[in-house]
Amino acid sequence: MEKHIVAGSLKRNRQLRKILSYCVLTCVGIIMIYPFIWMFFGSFKTNAEIFGSQNLLPNSFSFDAFVKGWNGVGQYNFTDFFKNSIMIVVPVVFFTLVSCSLVAYGFARFRFPMKKLLFGLMISTLMLPDAVIIIPRYLLFNKLGWLNTYKPFIVPAMFACYPFFIFMLVQFLRGIPRELDEAAEIDGCGSFRLFVRILLPLMKPALFSAGLFQFMWTWNDFFNPLIYINSVKKFPLALGLRISLDTSSTVAWDQVMAMSLVSILPVVLLFFFAQKYFVEGIATSGLKG
Amino acid sequence: MVELRESAAEAVSQTPAKKKRSFRKWRGLLYITPWLIGFFVFQFGPLLASFGYSFTNYNMMSAPKFVGLKNYIQLFTADPEFVKSLTATLTYACISVPAKLIFALFVAYILNFKLKGVNFYRTVYYMPSILGGSIAISALWKLLFMKEGIINGLLSAINIGPVDWLGTPGTAMIVICLLQVWQFGSSMVLFLAALKQIPAELYEAAEIDGGSKVKQFFKITLPMITPIVFFNLVMQSINAFQDFTAAFIITNGGPLKSTYLIGMKLYDEGFRNFKMGYACAISWVLFAIILLFTLLVFRSSDAWVYYEDGGDF
Repeated sequence: MEKHIVAGSLKRNRQLRKILSYCVLTCVGIIMIYPFIWMFFGSFKTNAEIFGSQNLLPNSFSFDAFVKGWNGVGQYNFTDFFKNSIMIVVPVVFFTLVSCSLVAYGFARFRFPMKKLLFGLMISTLMLPDAVIIIPRYLLFNKLGWLNTYKPFIVPAMFACYPFFIFMLVQFLRGIPRELDEAAEIDGCGSFRLFVRILLPLMKPALFSAGLFQFMWTWNDFFNPLIYINSVKKFPLALGLRISLDTSSTVAWDQVMAMSLVSILPVVLLFFFAQKYFVEGIATSGLKG
Repeated sequence: MVELRESAAEAVSQTPAKKKRSFRKWRGLLYITPWLIGFFVFQFGPLLASFGYSFTNYNMMSAPKFVGLKNYIQLFTADPEFVKSLTATLTYACISVPAKLIFALFVAYILNFKLKGVNFYRTVYYMPSILGGSIAISALWKLLFMKEGIINGLLSAINIGPVDWLGTPGTAMIVICLLQVWQFGSSMVLFLAALKQIPAELYEAAEIDGGSKVKQFFKITLPMITPIVFFNLVMQSINAFQDFTAAFIITNGGPLKSTYLIGMKLYDEGFRNFKMGYACAISWVLFAIILLFTLLVFRSSDAWVYYEDGGDF
């Protein structure tokens, strides 16, 4: 009899905990997502309505802010900014994947002199703050005449300056059995062919994760374009958005929201289609978000 | 006999085999060459250069002039703006990082109950993390917390405010910290992965012993995930110490320089005033703080980080 009561109260307890958990999760979820929803509807409102009313939904859906915002304030519009962002992001992602996977292959599959030391150095650069090297880098790029070009983004990507991704790919490669390599080598397959033909296809999920992260970081990056790019013609989205925040004394917030929404859309879409890779990416290597 | 034959064979084919072996030995180095070059040209070189520049006056017009420790002395004795930025940065890191981690752990802990729809919630919570660093979100945040913004609008419904969020030093700091906490998703995913690894037997044993949930959390859950806590703490702090975008867009360092983070000071000195030597000195103070902090955490980790395998980090 007593046992039944205990079991019953335990069950009720568990039920209660479940309900409570869902309540907390949902509340947190609403707080997380509310700014996005507000941003979405805000971009259909007029500037006056954004400040004047507490309603989430706009009185009427108008695409004015999108049209005006897209055309921008000066000579250049968001078509240019979008193009520029793509011109930075695509090569950066491509070269990051090529260089980092080669380096990861070197670290994961070969023994060579000073490997431990070099690997340690590579890992320690994970914690090297960008702030410390930004000024000499700027001076170097200035000397090379690379300022106001996209080379300061692309060239470091060619030389695998992203220890996060090297580490992530090394971890992944370690999980691929070496027997595959040995079998290929017995068949007379050279190490480079082995890499391209056998390992690279197997590394697809990790490469996809790394590519997604690099895409997202480069797309969102504000600080680097801010210091390296100075002509509006070459502005990526991040800088283009800032113009609309800066130029007029009264900011047209409806346009800012509309263009913000447009600028984050590629990342959001990518995230929804490929969230598995995002989550696995951080779970396996501990990447920052 | 076999040995003899082998050594004979070796003697015959020694030269090509040796060549091949020595090539094999260096092949790995060949693959990591891109990184080696990148490391020396874009990371290690700049690191040394920045240290060197920090002892000079350099405005990019004339050659750098050696001034000894003058930049560092000036930073701490004659530049109240820098001291302010230092306090602001430390405040920012000390509030935002623990708040973010505690919140992330809390949510991960709930997500780890065997509930339906965990994936959905995880996706929703992770969203801010992928966008939070962008200027679009900083702009949104600024708009939300404006005096006439929606936050005050919502608060007025429960008869609070209006609060001048961005115009008061204390609350301005809270606003940019909140943006940081809002991006707890990636820490949460790491915590969740760690929580899933804790063997269920530990909890079952505790249940039999009659340990309460709270006790279980502090005696089992927390100790088991300390390696991830440690990792998150180090990485998030390093990032927090150099944050820039949020403060730059939302508050522009104000009011009264209360959110003037070191990253902004560095930007102003280096890329607005073009005092490169001075900016390098700032970056090295920042680096020293990060190193000191990391060292402290690493040192203390023996006391609080639990490694199941005895721990070779």
